[in-house]
Amino acid sequence: MVNTKVSLCGIELTNPIIPASGTFGFGAEFAEIYDINVLGSFSFKGTTAEPRFGNPTPRIAETPSGMLNAVGLQNPGVDHVIAEELPMIKKIFNKPVMANVSGFSINDYVTACEKLDSQEQIGWLEVNISCPNVHGGGMSFGTSAEAAAEVTRAVKAVTKKPVIMKLTPNVTDITEIAKACEAAGADGLSLINTLTGVRISLKNRRPILANVTGGLSGPAVFPVALRCVWQVYKSVNIPIVGMGGISSAEDVIEMMMAGATAVEIGAVNLVDPYAGKKIVEDLPAVMEKYKINDLSEIIGVAHG
Amino acid sequence: MKDTVFKILSNKSIAANTYEMVLAGDISDITAAGQFVNIMLDGFYLRRPISVCNAEDGKLTLIYKVVGKGTEYMASLAEGAELSVLTGLGNGYDLSLSGDKPLLIGGGAGVPPMFMAAKKLIEAGKSVTVIMGFGRAEEVFYKEEFEKIGAEVRITTVDGSCGVRGFVTDAMPEDYTYFYTCGPEPMLKAVYDKSETDGQFSFEERMGCGFGACMGCTCKTKYGNKRICRDGPVLTKEEIVW
Repeated sequence: MVNTKVSLCGIELTNPIIPASGTFGFGAEFAEIYDINVLGSFSFKGTTAEPRFGNPTPRIAETPSGMLNAVGLQNPGVDHVIAEELPMIKKIFNKPVMANVSGFSINDYVTACEKLDSQEQIGWLEVNISCPNVHGGGMSFGTSAEAAAEVTRAVKAVTKKPVIMKLTPNVTDITEIAKACEAAGADGLSLINTLTGVRISLKNRRPILANVTGGLSGPAVFPVALRCVWQVYKSVNIPIVGMGGISSAEDVIEMMMAGATAVEIGAVNLVDPYAGKKIVEDLPAVMEKYKINDLSEIIGVAHG
Repeated sequence: MKDTVFKILSNKSIAANTYEMVLAGDISDITAAGQFVNIMLDGFYLRRPISVCNAEDGKLTLIYKVVGKGTEYMASLAEGAELSVLTGLGNGYDLSLSGDKPLLIGGGAGVPPMFMAAKKLIEAGKSVTVIMGFGRAEEVFYKEEFEKIGAEVRITTVDGSCGVRGFVTDAMPEDYTYFYTCGPEPMLKAVYDKSETDGQFSFEERMGCGFGACMGCTCKTKYGNKRICRDGPVLTKEEIVW
């Protein structure tokens, strides 16, 4: 029997598979087709202090081996999430869930995190300072080491839960941002958010997305994600949640060998709604194939 | 929602740029006319959402227009090929509100879902009129199929090469109890403006997942945000915000 357990910021996961925010809603659509308790956890839809409609449509465009999205953080707001979504999640998921939080000002992050801090179902706060699809917030906090540290400090001051800062790859040196978050007290880091991209309709001679740019995800970004996790693992001592194009149990192991303690799976949930379950089920056999008895032993092993 | 493998029984051109694909597989999750399926295609990352034209006796009929590389690839698939298909997506039409003389209005690629709706309504004893709008005669399909199941068919073409010259709204009868429609958004808006009864509209939007997870296709309605793929694609006349 192989051991798939890992510990993320002091909370044990039965396996490291976590559906990524924005690809799993609040879990309900997936709980209809499989028991989502097989997952390690899941990161729910990016939540802001106030409700948001998000961007105009079209919000989705296909790319080679991936997709662009410019949803723009559509969500019902933190109060609705606490009043409606968390009680619903309680019925379908009996493990700690990851709360993904976004904001447009330091105060926004603080407001949402403070409210979520009191919710016992929530294991971790994943603070998104890397959304490429909103203006005047989101990624602008994640592209400056100083601003990233400021958000980290502000959030840490209002919560006892582990704080995982979600980083963008759209920077010159991701390790600078990672180190700044660590120094400001982050308990973990998750990376990567999507890479900014554009697609143009030949027929309309205009960008496909109403927002013009969108975030690239899917297998196309997997090597970029691996590179970022590799670099950040070398630079910090806090755990990393690796994500970006993971689509199989093999990808999970590769990401962990690069330095991830746990992984998030994103775009693949959208093309195969059973992907989370399949990857969890495939993992033990793939571990055996590569002579891995205990998954925690391979974290960062590729660094030698 | 179900993810199952379907086998292609036939895949043939039935009009300009228009193909009819018949597949065999588990159709048990397709419960209403106006629902859609989402098809995985080799070499394409996202699935292709296609409305259900008919589903009975273990057979799924889809009619699709070749509009890009994905549908071009679909058109090249041979009999016997297998496809992963997510079925049972979308709310579909509520046919219980039809009254005795429902009007069905389809424009171009919006015609196919009207077939299953017409069939079910006729089986329920309703007197069904179908208006089908196309650009030109070469694009017209399924006229005989609709007539065979007992629908009164009216065709419109923009260039007048078949049926009434003009748009679907130029062929709307005076007397109908309710309507169901699907087609390009300008057509839906024209039907909305001209119609005098309540009715249901099926919308199209670029989708990520097709089952409500990604928020890629959200629209505003009188009753809040709705996901076209999950809470739609069918919206009622009174809830639409243009």
